Amino acid sequence: MTQVDITSKTMDGMGPHGTKVGLLRVLGPAHVWALGVGIVLVGEYMGWNFAVGKGGAYAALIACWFAGILYTCVAMIDSEVTSTVAAAGGQYTQAKHIVGPLMAFNVGLYLTFAYTMLEAANAITAGYLIYVVAGMTGYTGELDQRPFIVLVIMFLAWLNYRGVLATLTFNLVITAIAFVAILAIFLSTSGLLGGGIMQHAALMEGHELPYGWIGVLAAMHFGLWYYLGIEGTTQAAEEVRSPARALPFGTLAGIMTLLIAATLTWYVCSGVLPWEFLGDGVNGSVAPLFDTARLSGSNALIWFLGFGTLFATLASANGCINDASRAWFAMGRDKYLPGWFGAVHPKFRTPYRSIIFLVPIALIFALGAPLDQVITFSILSGLLEYTFMPLNIILFRKKWPMGSIKRGYEHPFHPLPAIVLLCLCGIAFFAVFLGYGTQLVAMVGFYILVSLWFHFWRYRFVNRGAQFTMPWPKPQGY
Amino acid sequence: METWNYMEYLAWGLSALFGLYMVIDWFKIDSHYSEEVLTSSREGELEAMTEEHHR
Repeated sequence: MTQVDITSKTMDGMGPHGTKVGLLRVLGPAHVWALGVGIVLVGEYMGWNFAVGKGGAYAALIACWFAGILYTCVAMIDSEVTSTVAAAGGQYTQAKHIVGPLMAFNVGLYLTFAYTMLEAANAITAGYLIYVVAGMTGYTGELDQRPFIVLVIMFLAWLNYRGVLATLTFNLVITAIAFVAILAIFLSTSGLLGGGIMQHAALMEGHELPYGWIGVLAAMHFGLWYYLGIEGTTQAAEEVRSPARALPFGTLAGIMTLLIAATLTWYVCSGVLPWEFLGDGVNGSVAPLFDTARLSGSNALIWFLGFGTLFATLASANGCINDASRAWFAMGRDKYLPGWFGAVHPKFRTPYRSIIFLVPIALIFALGAPLDQVITFSILSGLLEYTFMPLNIILFRKKWPMGSIKRGYEHPFHPLPAIVLLCLCGIAFFAVFLGYGTQLVAMVGFYILVSLWFHFWRYRFVNRGAQFTMPWPKPQGY
Repeated sequence: METWNYMEYLAWGLSALFGLYMVIDWFKIDSHYSEEVLTSSREGELEAMTEEHHR
């Protein structure tokens, strides 16, 4: 693959099949890392601590590691399939090639909903952070958060509109700063550099598992928050210079970064904040890492973690706009949605109509819906997507066995990761059902309705032959 | 009026500017290029180019 000069001025985006304007292939593994980790890292700064409220600090650690196994399976499976199906749309495109149109349509919607709602949740959070900063600087009035929520969405949409390289380079810088902030607070408070302030034994004695093992199960719901969104790396598939190298490298480096960040976050916060305060993400610790920095007594750490929180929030919203627009664009290009959405900007080489179309939707959710509901719908859409992945990889290996098609990465121990992922998804569904059963049923009902609409109406517009333009061998058995 | 009140107005103003930029550019592009060119993107370009290169 590397023998082709894809950066050539005459060939780039102007290849066969009649493409006159295509997405720009300019990204490297670091951008893929920044996309995946950037979407997720806000979950380390806030949100994961609801798991502590569900089952105590140890339950949150168990959930952190089990969710870590779930997402490691997701990252491995994604790396193999996406390094082969290197096209915008990520899991939607995988489903289209490997499972079938109805699955693809559903997966495309899961992706768009999960990322657009997460973007809205991040914008709400950014507005709240600015409100807190105003209070800390001595402002006594009631700050209107709405202009800052709108500004976050409009600025990041504009950045995405102008080009993917600037967008993800911006993400790389702010995500790296947010990650280094976590390392800095760990090194400063754990006792490795200077005096430590950790009080694990004193804080946890007698509160090991306050709600027993059912609390551990319930904590799994928010355990997902440590890693939710790492699968978004696949959306960069059509814009990386070398998909076979950059996608597995960026995705696997991303999940390793998150496993480290999640464990350090738990260690630092649970060693300083009492579990009752830490577990109440509404009236207690909204941003646990920032609260830990405040208790450290270091002004430098307070500022560093304050910026880390804001940067992580912006990086997540930025990555979500990138991913939601690519999924929407890919569906438009295949006529699963109106083909109008499949347009590429001739100068900036971005899916500009999809980016613009999703702006008002994000604004409606950010300004009109409560944060916990928005997050829950995002988690549920993500969970449905993870449940599809085991089926996807099993069919992929069956239809295109090893050696029949060139893979950039081959994940080990197949089918064990698929089976483990399926089991952990089942546990996570039960955990979500314990807390948000109504939303779960409503969400599944919604996807059943849109599936019926797609099957009986929309599918007639899909250009069935033209949607498969990859030069692949025929699958086995066809 | 305090600084933060001005910041609110500034945020509204910047949001409007970013929005306007995108909408104006969108109309300019749609009126300058044909729909056939704008929607000509197909997946698998890199793979197809590689195939041609090795042929």
